[in-house]
Amino acid sequence: MLAEGLAPKSLHRDVIRGLQAILGTSTVLYRPEDLLLYEYDGSVEKGRPGAVVFPATTRHVSRVVRLAAEHDIPIIGRGAGTGLSGGALARTGGIMIVFARMNQILELDLENQRAVVQPGVVNYELTRAVEHAGLYFAPDPSSWKSCTIGGNVAENAGGPHTLAYGVTSNHVSALELVLPDGEICHVGSRHGDSLGYDLAGLFVGSEGTLALVTEITVKLLRKPESVKTLLAIFDRVDHASETVAEITARAITPAACEMLDGWTLRAVEDFIHAGFPLDSAAVLLIELEGLAEVVADQAAAVEEVCREHHAREVRVARDEQERELLWKGRKNAFGALGRIAPSNYVLDGVIPRSKIPQALRRIQEIGERYHFKIGNIFHAGDGNLHPIVLFDPRDAGQYQRAIEASAEIIRYCVAIGGALTGEHGVGMEKSELMPLLFSDDDFALMRRIHDAFNPHSALNPGKIFPLNKGCGEITPRAQAAVRAVPL
Amino acid sequence: MNTTTTNVAARLEILVGADRVNSTSESCAKFAVDGVIPSAVARPASSAEVVEIVRFAKSERLALIPCGDCTKLGIGMPPAHYDIALDMTGLNQITYYDPGDLTLSVDAGMHLTQLAAALAQQQQFLPFGVPFFEECTVGGTIASNIGSTLRPGYGSARDFLLGAEFVNGAATLTKSGGRVVKNVTGYDLHKLLIGSLGTLGAITRLNFRTFPLPEGYGHLVSSFSSVDSVVRFQAMIAQSPLTPSSFDILGPEAAQVVAEFKDNRDSALPSWFSRGEWHVCIGFEGTETILRRYSSELVQYAQQCGASNYNLLEKADDKSLGGALRELVNLLPYSAPAATIFKINAFPVFSPEVINLRSLAERFSVPCCIFANSSGPLYFALRPDDLNDKRIDSLAHIASAVFEYAAAHNGSASILFCPTALKRIVNIWGPTKNDAAFMRRVKNAFDPENIFAPGRFVAGI
Repeated sequence: MLAEGLAPKSLHRDVIRGLQAILGTSTVLYRPEDLLLYEYDGSVEKGRPGAVVFPATTRHVSRVVRLAAEHDIPIIGRGAGTGLSGGALARTGGIMIVFARMNQILELDLENQRAVVQPGVVNYELTRAVEHAGLYFAPDPSSWKSCTIGGNVAENAGGPHTLAYGVTSNHVSALELVLPDGEICHVGSRHGDSLGYDLAGLFVGSEGTLALVTEITVKLLRKPESVKTLLAIFDRVDHASETVAEITARAITPAACEMLDGWTLRAVEDFIHAGFPLDSAAVLLIELEGLAEVVADQAAAVEEVCREHHAREVRVARDEQERELLWKGRKNAFGALGRIAPSNYVLDGVIPRSKIPQALRRIQEIGERYHFKIGNIFHAGDGNLHPIVLFDPRDAGQYQRAIEASAEIIRYCVAIGGALTGEHGVGMEKSELMPLLFSDDDFALMRRIHDAFNPHSALNPGKIFPLNKGCGEITPRAQAAVRAVPL
Repeated sequence: MNTTTTNVAARLEILVGADRVNSTSESCAKFAVDGVIPSAVARPASSAEVVEIVRFAKSERLALIPCGDCTKLGIGMPPAHYDIALDMTGLNQITYYDPGDLTLSVDAGMHLTQLAAALAQQQQFLPFGVPFFEECTVGGTIASNIGSTLRPGYGSARDFLLGAEFVNGAATLTKSGGRVVKNVTGYDLHKLLIGSLGTLGAITRLNFRTFPLPEGYGHLVSSFSSVDSVVRFQAMIAQSPLTPSSFDILGPEAAQVVAEFKDNRDSALPSWFSRGEWHVCIGFEGTETILRRYSSELVQYAQQCGASNYNLLEKADDKSLGGALRELVNLLPYSAPAATIFKINAFPVFSPEVINLRSLAERFSVPCCIFANSSGPLYFALRPDDLNDKRIDSLAHIASAVFEYAAAHNGSASILFCPTALKRIVNIWGPTKNDAAFMRRVKNAFDPENIFAPGRFVAGI
């Protein structure tokens, strides 16, 4: 739901002065023109903060949070703002803490495959820092060259290669946190196992609604011995989706298995020149990793399934350059679509892999009914769909129809045993859809957990929980310190 | 407590029917936890009945402990109260299975062996290489988070548990996660249930991703004269492209326990084990070609690290050894009834300093054994041949030192199994940790009235 152009809000001058006393003047933004950038993320939502601050240390974060608590002002954490669910937007104003200056890799323990990083470290930079030792950080969202690990932790981000290696929570062993009262604390352990409840497992993916994450211990994986990237080309979408279902059913686990439909790949190809065939109905980008013998066996098996399902051609990337180009086409696809329509709405529903063919047919049918072209470019291997609805937000009617079509697709995903979001998070975008999956009793328990750590909804209010729900409602706090008095 | 013993059973009978309730002393004794015997055993057959029982317990402030087949009730501190044993084995069906999607929903009370048999029909399995495998339930496996030998290859439960349904302390049936392999919708509350020992609620259903059964298996057992060589061997494999499915390290005494283990054929395992040596047992999987590669490279690494002996196992032996390794924590109490087994989450898991643990036991003249899974945990078992006050005192001293060892190695330790007498003077969870307040917040959110397994868990929960 597009927030109706939140009125620019300014924080009371005492608050701004307090922030400047903690952080200095150059790292506190509060003028409307400076705040404009921070009212967006990668989603279609909007929400303007009252101030944006750039702490350099955990102590800074703690002091800012304490100050905010004293003045009853909400706090919103933000990494690079690449999120796709409005998770890092100030839905009800407040102080936005941007972690851009907390971007240090604090420790590399290459021997034991661990790294300790600040939340503002860019995902790809961590892999770059350890690849000389044959290691890498596995979660690889499309935005990996700009998104931060703190953001990955908040949203429990995925990426193409999570098919084989799991999402962010599988790669985080410990966290340093700042609670809404400013308390600094630690959960988890260097190893990952610790006594008691799995608190690190709870905090990863809690979308900044329980605590702010100020330090992260991550696990690093060893690069595989062999990698093979296949591009299977199909003349019918059905054949491509049946291939995915069959690869899963035969229990072949590629490292990644991505699908692009013909319409989307033509848009991408025009921009990236990745080598996607322009006349195809769909392609599968399949990556196999592991021991050379395993990769060879899997490649043969995958090729066989592709051919049995009428693949026109199965190409193998000849070298690293060709492989990188194919991935560039996949990872920059959303950006490429920006050239076609003013805005797009990327869904993130998940379905059982055995139901991919029927789901794609239904999405097509919904698109036709609402008069939208809906592209599909998604993590087929784990059933994580990304239908992309292209629309013009300046046309209110079109926007509303795009939202309705999207909701219908998500309802269908849930109806066939799926979920609302596979990796983008609920944020403010899908909070109203949560009752499709969860009962009042479910919300009541989630709310008790929320309140156990964030009792006054000071952290990231208005996220995850549906606002219009009687039971389990978490009402964003009124912004007591808001005054139209710029400094 | 304001309800008499007879009342508990009688009122439960009214709620869920007489056939679901048992209050004979014999039945109740089976569900005893550290000598504390419940007044009644309720065996619900549906999640709705679980809700009814929990609602009753909540209104009467009675304490419940959810149980599967009672194989791991010895884990934890003695319960502060215990009125009703919630026997979950009445919920024992596979409620959803999509082999084509490799996903599954199963009732918590189903036995692992039954589940394994059903999955095997589709050439699939769940990677639980856990002790008590032949008797235990899937719910108990999750609630105890007992270590699995297959962790190096498949991860731990948190890596393949997709979602759960459970009845929390507010007597409502709630769920978390889902049935799909990738899902970030809502808080991951099901992760909190792993290892929660029944303190957050009664797990009624669990959703998992399943895995294809491998084409073939192989096992290499190699012997080393020093801990340093074992550490070097482990590091060499970690830096290689090989990804074994299991990796168990056995100290000399642990190898002895495994060697003495009789399998179903009632014949002792062959002598791959050399007296006084450290042993590394590595399991691997795949096609013939892949098994050959593992065999040759692992042997090469073993030689480079100075292995005094190595054996590639034949199929039948492989299965037998796999079973013995899986059951090791279960086997120890048979040879020493007062066995006290520490579970140590050190990092790195296995380092040359483990030798200090051995010296520690020697100082108190208590026989011990050390074994570890390369992915964790490290186990340190004390095996006193008698149990008297002096012994208990020694065990308590050793426990303090083990808790310090774990803290000094980036981790923590707890006592997995020990005589109840030791629990009277030692908190098996070790010293209170900094996150204790967080643990209590989670507990209060799930179980505000503190009716689920009170007193058994960390931080006095």
